[in-house]
Amino acid sequence: MSEPQPRTRFWGSEAASGLALISPTALYAILLLAAPLATTLIYSVFTDGYLTVIPHFQLCNYFGECHSQLQDGTMEPQAYLGAWSDPVVLSLMQRSLFVSVLVTATTVILAYPVAYFVSFNVDASRKSLWLFLITIPFWTSYVIRVFMWNVMISRTGVINSVLEGLHIITDPLQMSFTIQAMVVTLAHAYAPFAILPIYVALEKIDRSLLEAGQDLGETRFSTFLRVTLPLSMSGVIAAVLIVFIPVIGDYITPNLIGGGKIPMIANMIEKQMLKADNRPLGSAIAVSAMLVVGLVSVLFLFLNRRYLMGQK
Amino acid sequence: MKIPVLRIYTIAYLIFLYAPIIILPIFAFNNSTAVAFPLQGFTTQWFSQVWADPALREALKNSMIVAVSTSVLSTLFGILAARASTRYSFPGSGPVLGLIMLPMVLPEMIMAMALLVVFLSIGVPLSLFTIILGDVLICTPFAVAILTSAFQSLDRSLEEAAQDLGEGPFSTFYLVILPLVMPGIISASLICFTISIDEFIIANFLGSGQKLLSTYIFGQLRFPKNVPNIMALGTILVGVSITLLSLAEFFRRRGIAKTGAKDTGGFL
Repeated sequence: MSEPQPRTRFWGSEAASGLALISPTALYAILLLAAPLATTLIYSVFTDGYLTVIPHFQLCNYFGECHSQLQDGTMEPQAYLGAWSDPVVLSLMQRSLFVSVLVTATTVILAYPVAYFVSFNVDASRKSLWLFLITIPFWTSYVIRVFMWNVMISRTGVINSVLEGLHIITDPLQMSFTIQAMVVTLAHAYAPFAILPIYVALEKIDRSLLEAGQDLGETRFSTFLRVTLPLSMSGVIAAVLIVFIPVIGDYITPNLIGGGKIPMIANMIEKQMLKADNRPLGSAIAVSAMLVVGLVSVLFLFLNRRYLMGQK
Repeated sequence: MKIPVLRIYTIAYLIFLYAPIIILPIFAFNNSTAVAFPLQGFTTQWFSQVWADPALREALKNSMIVAVSTSVLSTLFGILAARASTRYSFPGSGPVLGLIMLPMVLPEMIMAMALLVVFLSIGVPLSLFTIILGDVLICTPFAVAILTSAFQSLDRSLEEAAQDLGEGPFSTFYLVILPLVMPGIISASLICFTISIDEFIIANFLGSGQKLLSTYIFGQLRFPKNVPNIMALGTILVGVSITLLSLAEFFRRRGIAKTGAKDTGGFL
């Protein structure tokens, strides 16, 4: 008898069942995520038309000067600047990057001790209660949380009233519409994203390693620096990426806390895509933002590669 | 005496995390249009005012339609993906799961804009349906994450026992697996419902101007005199969210207890 055909062996096999089962979800992600992202990429090298996009290849949406096509088919005489040639886009990109780095650093540094506390100092039976407490605020309306920060930091807000009531200050502090206020709001919003991966990494550490360190005469602090911290770096790295990437595209916080006065790159993408009806330029800015985020992330991973060695 | 520095720090951090949602109800019951101290006395007028607004009822209805649909669809997609990835090994499972989970880290604005551009180009009219499509994309990764841990804690031998006793694959799933992962399914659908209710960017950009709760709130915040109403509405929403989450956590833990696995902590 001949061997079964590879085809029949494939159908009904484990691989086929798995693929069949995951295909609806995968198809959904391909159609509604991969395809739109690919479209954005393609649009970014096309020509802008009146309420349309003309499939004519060009790179000027990224570099140099570009012309839109008008309703009657002629080119608009007034040129617009490509994403990387426009100082306005570049300065917004710079600010978004700056805010993201600041938010990521603040969030991760503030979150580490919390994750450490829950992992090392909390009774095993109560850990999930602590994690639950930490995640609750995250699941409540983002718009409301951001607005509440506005209420707290405004001139007549909670923080100023309390400080004045305690006679710590005499004039209200100006906190609204500042980058610092945006950083605090974003650090608040993304807190669980930083705490959870660090917590998971800390939980995986073999506790006997720490005892070994202390048996060999290390102090608690040097054990932390030489054993715990390096072993938890995979969690820190995950936390950094999981905070950094979404923050750069945040839209609500610059709107509500910045009062529209400190726009970030997401606001620029919105403006080009909708108000200015320049989808190719909007797409080019979006792609550029993702490229910058991707490059910074890859660079960060490369710099920390020694902590990721030997792990999956 | 040793000072519990870490414990004090963590409690301070929790106060920082909870500050906005603790202050919210204080102003929701404050008898003044100005959201500032000192407090002016107790009132429930903001609650009755916001409830009397027909635009809010419309937004509430739309939000319920979107959130329920999103919750059902995301959970179904989540069940399929979680079951496939925990039970079978197949080529390309890494990249496929990576793509499915990608919306968790991708900036929402980029996804919303990419989807919007595609919808406009192929002529899909914006409606509640397009909002549901976007929300499902955002929620599915959370459903997959919760359900993966539910399916992971399943004991394979239970399934094999059912099959040895003559059950087919479908009846095994229905009779043995489904009851065991049911708490995970309930937990995932509650979480997706909560995410969808609060989701703003998708609702704002992929809708046709019909208000949902989140866009209604965002719109009202521009008018200072409406802010106390929004505080009242926000208080109700936060209350509902916390109730649903507590339920979700309750079911998640019950699921873990049912399958006899060890609790490894939170949702994500």
